[in-house]
Amino acid sequence: MNSLSRRRFLKISSATVVTAATLSGSWSSIVRSAEKITDKSEKGIRKVATYCDICFWKCGAIAYVKDGKLWKVKGNPLDPLSEGRLCPRGTGGVGAHFDRDRLKSPLIRKSHRGEEKWIEVTWNEALDYIAEKMIKIKSNYGPEAVALFSHGIGGNFFKHTLKAYGSPNISAPSFAQCRGPRDVGFRLTFGEDVSSPERTDIRNARCIVLIGSHLGENMHNTQVQEFAEAIEKDASIIVVDPRYSIAASKAKYYLPIKPGTDLALILAWMNIIINEELYDKEFVDKYGFGFEQFAAEVQQYTPEWAYPETTIEPDVIRATAREMALHKPATLIHPGRHVTWYGDDAQRSRAIAMLNALMGNWGRKGGFYYPQSMDVVAYPYPEYPKSEKGKVDNPDNKYPFAHETITTGIREATLSGKPYPIKGWLVYATNLLQALPNEEETIKAIQNLDLMVVVDVIPSEIAGWADVVLPESIYLERHDDLNVEWFRDPFIAIRQPVVDTPDDQKPNWWMAKKLAEKLGLGHYYPWKDIDEYLEYRITNSGYDYNELKIKGIIQGEKQPIYFDEGVPVEFHTPTGKVEFYSLQLAQAGFDPIPKYKKPKEGPHGYFRLLYGRAPVHSFSRTQSNPVLNDMMNENEIWVNTNIAERYGLENGKYVRLKNQDGVVSNRIKIRVTERIRTDCVYMVHGFGHRSKALRSAYLKGASDAQLITKYEVDPLMGGTAMNVNFVTFEMEV
Amino acid sequence: MARYAMVIDTKKCVGCMDCVVACKTENNVPESFNRDWINFESIGKFPELHLEIRSERCNHCENPPCVHCCPTGASHFSKLGGIILVHHDLCTGCKACLASCPYDARFINPEGYADKCTFCTHRVEKGMNPACVSVCPTHCMYFGDIEDQQNQVSKLLASRKYITLIPEAGTKPHVYYLI
Amino acid sequence: MNELYSTRNNNLIDPYVHVWGWEIPVYLFLGGLVAGMMIISGYFIFNGRYKEEKCSCNFLPIISIIALSLGMFALFLDIEYKVHVWRFYTTFQITSPMSWGSWILIIVYPALAAMFLINPNNMLKEKIPYIKKISEFFSKHPYLVKNIGIGNMILGGMLGIYTGILLSSLVARPLWNSSILGMLFLVSGLSSAAAFVHMIAKDRYERELLAKADNSFLVIELFIFLLFFIGLFTATQVHIDAANLMLSGSYAPVFWVFVIGLGIVIPLFIQSLAVNHKIQHTPVAPILVILGGLLLRFVIVEAGQYSKWITTTLAK
Repeated sequence: MNSLSRRRFLKISSATVVTAATLSGSWSSIVRSAEKITDKSEKGIRKVATYCDICFWKCGAIAYVKDGKLWKVKGNPLDPLSEGRLCPRGTGGVGAHFDRDRLKSPLIRKSHRGEEKWIEVTWNEALDYIAEKMIKIKSNYGPEAVALFSHGIGGNFFKHTLKAYGSPNISAPSFAQCRGPRDVGFRLTFGEDVSSPERTDIRNARCIVLIGSHLGENMHNTQVQEFAEAIEKDASIIVVDPRYSIAASKAKYYLPIKPGTDLALILAWMNIIINEELYDKEFVDKYGFGFEQFAAEVQQYTPEWAYPETTIEPDVIRATAREMALHKPATLIHPGRHVTWYGDDAQRSRAIAMLNALMGNWGRKGGFYYPQSMDVVAYPYPEYPKSEKGKVDNPDNKYPFAHETITTGIREATLSGKPYPIKGWLVYATNLLQALPNEEETIKAIQNLDLMVVVDVIPSEIAGWADVVLPESIYLERHDDLNVEWFRDPFIAIRQPVVDTPDDQKPNWWMAKKLAEKLGLGHYYPWKDIDEYLEYRITNSGYDYNELKIKGIIQGEKQPIYFDEGVPVEFHTPTGKVEFYSLQLAQAGFDPIPKYKKPKEGPHGYFRLLYGRAPVHSFSRTQSNPVLNDMMNENEIWVNTNIAERYGLENGKYVRLKNQDGVVSNRIKIRVTERIRTDCVYMVHGFGHRSKALRSAYLKGASDAQLITKYEVDPLMGGTAMNVNFVTFEMEV
Repeated sequence: MARYAMVIDTKKCVGCMDCVVACKTENNVPESFNRDWINFESIGKFPELHLEIRSERCNHCENPPCVHCCPTGASHFSKLGGIILVHHDLCTGCKACLASCPYDARFINPEGYADKCTFCTHRVEKGMNPACVSVCPTHCMYFGDIEDQQNQVSKLLASRKYITLIPEAGTKPHVYYLI
Repeated sequence: MNELYSTRNNNLIDPYVHVWGWEIPVYLFLGGLVAGMMIISGYFIFNGRYKEEKCSCNFLPIISIIALSLGMFALFLDIEYKVHVWRFYTTFQITSPMSWGSWILIIVYPALAAMFLINPNNMLKEKIPYIKKISEFFSKHPYLVKNIGIGNMILGGMLGIYTGILLSSLVARPLWNSSILGMLFLVSGLSSAAAFVHMIAKDRYERELLAKADNSFLVIELFIFLLFFIGLFTATQVHIDAANLMLSGSYAPVFWVFVIGLGIVIPLFIQSLAVNHKIQHTPVAPILVILGGLLLRFVIVEAGQYSKWITTTLAK
């Protein structure tokens, strides 16, 4: 008995030494918690609770280490988001640790920008270089001249450093290149965002309408889990998509819409619902504003009017409108997430919000619930310096409804020097070359910079253009800020290291803190290390830090999330009501009620390029993960059978795509299929990497981003619509 | 005696491949090989289509050609509920079993032996579900003893329409697809 | 039409099964050839021709041993877990033709050796007195010699049939799902062996005899092919598709031109003329027959792997 426990003790200590060696400082408490977890588990297996970072959903996870080697990651059963089941990317998260293409040590550019030639340097040298340049930029142009592009929770500390430095120019592509128009459309209607994770009550919906949302391929864990649950409960599903998506295959009604005409369909639906008096009268009467004008205006949008636009037959439009009404208020018209499509995106999203309002589903079961969160104190920091110049991205409030910073606005300012010059970019964990439209503009902007820093775990394309590349440890090797989630069930989650970094990578908090110190801003980091920071926040909020470290998740009290559970009915719009007619839009010179505009057609012989997600990859960030690479190592171009026949395209062969501006893609495998319309083609985003250092993904498949040279700007909020490019086929010889 | 089977609800499955990834990490399946996979089979002309999504793997057949054709006894019925396994030490890598499987469920592990799904025997022995079943985000996979009428898999098969793959090959597969 | 999209991409399996390359067809061919030679020399021994100096049964056993060893070497090359090859011989699996085959091969070697020792080469007899002793022993026991002949014919038949059954037992490949493959490979093996002996026999009588025999084998082979395809065409759709692979599909050119045309019909025509003394015996026809036999194994093995049970399980 004695010898057994002694042996176990030795195992534990050797396992924990790894953790302790990773990060110097007072790790004794972590070590203690690790011991406790180890106690319960099998011989040679250590479990650490953390949360996932393969996408931004942040599911709670338990990482397993077997004989000192990272083995697998599973969902944390305590986690309300994943309920113990991760998505394929999360399950494949271990691959990020073993990725052979990872950045290994800090790099400083050797020759000109874009040529991937580097000198390996020490962390001190790299950070000194950055600090020196940043100090110079500050004295020449002011602190606002440095901008930060950041994606995900890992950017929190860099944001803090940049705010301390004095720049307000902090942005993420998730607004202007992704969900921005949706949040604006919903704000204008309900006075609130849809937020992330979306407050959609898919689980309880009796009718789910997906407009271009490809749940199942788009693997946002909670949503897909709830979608499957809804299927099981036999919810009525209506899918609108030019492509017969996975979701479409689950639908009672599949509407193969002509790309770009969604708004016409939504208006026609509303026409039926209003004229047949199928809407939730009580909800609309009580909470609606401007319904009369709205009802009058949609009279013109009959299903017969919408038919030639959308190619959806009037009978189908009627039937689906009635189907929606049948299940109200548990009818959810999903607001989508990546909605920067055609340039009318905020207005289309607003129309979706209004359709939801007609269902009376806001604050109701099966509609949109009110997410809750737990109170966790912030770490007390000195006040940030006030910027005199203000943000650079939206001069003269050109896009009056942009409530977040516009990435492409910063890019524009970097190019033009107006309203003031931008001379430094810090890029954290976002591959701007694949995220922003028109890469040429991005590259030109980069050429205007005095400093370009990229912090990433892999040598992404954007890293290839940096002056300094800082290699970050992956999420299984580092701490991050707390995830204090707004969700159906409120909770706090911790990210903590599971294994050591394989090389000289560092966590973002360490880099951000060290950089601040070198900038003379050390007083903004009063804590010694992140453990102290996290412990402060948790302990001072009245929770047990040790419990959090062991369980990974602390759940809060269940709170009301629907109106009938006691959520106060308040709409933070100017009228305090759900706005079917928007005075603020009218005042700003926009349509107070969304109006349909015909989409622009492409040149003859060209097909609209659509793109989407695969369940096994996140953006362009996971293609070199060996586990996920094994699942899908290149993308394919979906071409309708008839088109393939006409152009002599053979399934499984390769082709290049040429867009309307003459840009030719890398070769891409042809997928001849019945599952798409004849006027468009489709590919999964994130492939066709052109960073040579990303060996396992280099030139595998084609990049949609490369072909997105054209984009339409949403006049309300500056979002960049990207489904406006057209391609034709160039045969591989 | 127990007879383990897998029941997969194609109506709920979205083909996300989490089962494939979980198998990969759980069993250390070598790079570029898979013990399970997804087949997407569609029928019809756009837009009148029907799509069936199936997470496929070794069917742990009751009449397994791979066991019958194995010259060394490496392919065998395990004592655990009819699960078909391969003794790595006995396997010569002759590939007869690969050629004999109508589902093409086997492959040659880079070490040389025939490899395939084990229904995660190492987990089932401990009363756990196979890795693929345990991670499935849509909860579309079920595992259990079909001899036990009270088991969920038995109940599902009693109440739902289902198919098996290539039943005409006479293999009596034990992975069932609810349709 | 169904559209099937699979995420699987396993080596040797996808996009279509190709677990066996050149090694197995070569092994199957050499096995069939040896089977044929065993039957032919067994027959000569059985009817007493072995006493004649020029009888091919005096050198066929040694050629057989060499050919069989080459075949087994090819088989060994195909095995993926080479250090486990001995595992074939630690067990006998009654349902596995491959297990039967490995044990048959083990018996074939001593049978061939025995046949060889009945009338070995004089030089060997002189060099190794032990061989001379055995040979003398055999000459004193003609009844035993007869039985060795019979034994070789039986074993040859088993070996020839086994090479076909090896494939036909593999359920998953519809093209192979015919037990007549055993007969086909046996007759093809006999035909190749007859052609081979016809070509190298020192004795005119044997040459004539084997040319005639080969003609019969070739005719029988055509007949078996006919039965083989009738069998497939009267089975399920997957079997019909499999048959079409060879008759009109991607393997049709090789099958019709090389296996049937150059491998059977043309040599049959040439040899018919030769046995009717219209033309001289040349090695042309035998070589064509032998190459045809080899290609037959290639076509059956390759097309067979390509043929599969369609997974049309979709609810209509």
